[in-house]
Amino acid sequence: MPCGTVRSWHPSYYFEKTLTYRNYSGSRFRGSRFMENILSYEFMQNAVLTGIMASVICGFIGPFIVTKRMVFISGGLSHTAFGGLGIAYWLGVKPLYGATAFVLLAAGIIGNLEEKISDLFIGILWAVGVAVGIIFIHMTPGYTPDLMTFLFGNILMASRTDVIITLILLFLVTLPIFIFYKGFVSVALDEEYARARQLPVKALNMGLIVLVALSIVTLIQVVGIILVIALLTIPVAIAGEMSMNFKRIMLLSIVFGIVICLSGLSLSYFLELPSGASIILIGGMLLTLIKGAKKLSSHRKTTV
Amino acid sequence: MEHFIEITDVSFGYEDIPVIENVSLDIFERDFLLLIGPNGGGKTTLLKLILGIIKPWSGSIRILGDVTGRLGYVPQFASFNRNFPISALEMVLTGCISPQNFLKRYTKDDMEKAEMILEKVNLHDKRHENVKDLSGGQIQKVLIARALISEPVVLLLDEPTASIDITSKTSLLDFLNKLNEKMTIVVVTHDPTPFTLTYRHIACLNKNLYFHEKGELDAHILEYVYGCPVELLGHGIPHTILKKH
Repeated sequence: MPCGTVRSWHPSYYFEKTLTYRNYSGSRFRGSRFMENILSYEFMQNAVLTGIMASVICGFIGPFIVTKRMVFISGGLSHTAFGGLGIAYWLGVKPLYGATAFVLLAAGIIGNLEEKISDLFIGILWAVGVAVGIIFIHMTPGYTPDLMTFLFGNILMASRTDVIITLILLFLVTLPIFIFYKGFVSVALDEEYARARQLPVKALNMGLIVLVALSIVTLIQVVGIILVIALLTIPVAIAGEMSMNFKRIMLLSIVFGIVICLSGLSLSYFLELPSGASIILIGGMLLTLIKGAKKLSSHRKTTV
Repeated sequence: MEHFIEITDVSFGYEDIPVIENVSLDIFERDFLLLIGPNGGGKTTLLKLILGIIKPWSGSIRILGDVTGRLGYVPQFASFNRNFPISALEMVLTGCISPQNFLKRYTKDDMEKAEMILEKVNLHDKRHENVKDLSGGQIQKVLIARALISEPVVLLLDEPTASIDITSKTSLLDFLNKLNEKMTIVVVTHDPTPFTLTYRHIACLNKNLYFHEKGELDAHILEYVYGCPVELLGHGIPHTILKKH
């Protein structure tokens, strides 16, 4: 099946399956048998696999984004992806490819900006990317895809091809972090000192931005362009409440990412809510709970 | 004594504005050089030129012998990213990263060296604590330990006494004095008073550089460099670095 046919991208294709399943199963809650059933559906398997892999990617790159204050850069990158999605749709190729091309191009531009002006130009790239996307989707003749799917993602529509692409992206993001870990840490911790140690600071910074770009491509499928930022930051914020060790924060981010993705996915399935938004809301609530609990316990400690 | 670092007619600036102009300076082996001057006078810039972080517009900087990776840099206290969670030990370890080994894991040798140096600066019991939870004096020591792990031949310190209390200042000075027996020390500071007993040479930098032997620094030169009258008196025992008038 060629990639990106209307059928595989249309929500009704999957909703049909979901609804049929519910009619036959009777009760929605049947514990392990229910999980068995639900995972026998290919679209559910794909969603779960994509969610887990996306969480692993987030856990690897998120802590760098948060500690190196690259959240705005990430926002800019994910929004420029919209331009690529629009053009790909107009050309009739798989939207993910268009998004990848655009995000990598934006990463190249952002990585070469001087620090003083980067803020300004990231903001401009952000808006121009979205504008290009809107224009091209508007110009696409015939059936216009649901804009909401791009903006807010739909993990339930991930195909087997998407799973394989995500797996490749997983290796493309995590392997360089394993290999260049010391370099990335040096640059994130003290760029000037890394320069004094003669490390290739510019190349390392550029590499990190490209890795962020590749992660964003993956995450767009899961939660969409607008919500990408949340998935890159919420698990790290939760992990940061529990540990001050960078490697442990990475590990905890992966764990919390998976918890958030899978529980968000279940929530979206049971309550028939949009999957991306459910995932983010669960994440937001979990963070609030943990922060609140921490504050309460420290408050109790000081008052007793 | 031999010239160790030779800076000849160096000029540098940011964008089109020159920060230092035609600076020449010779640093001797096991020198203790104070580099003083007002804020924006180019002190940090000169350090970065020596370290090779930036390249001069004109002029040359020569360091004798093979010192690759053996220039110890202690940047300004607030220059690293406090947002990054890292323990004192790990931070010291980043000091032995070089282009040759940054793809490999830290060796056992590196680990032992880091522990030993932390012991030397009396921070061994704090080695697993997060750097941002340490006091100003302790962070300063971590920064020095990070520079020392590469076994430097010269230690370049940028404002090491800023934001630390008097007791830490004294122990820091003793420590630098001890180090000076083995290596050249260059200290950038806008407040030279704590160093009055220990320095060998002093250079005033405000775009241009004025070099002095110990004791010959003149209030007029300082006034000229700083653009206002400057008081240069130490605490306690009246030791002054001014020449007798």
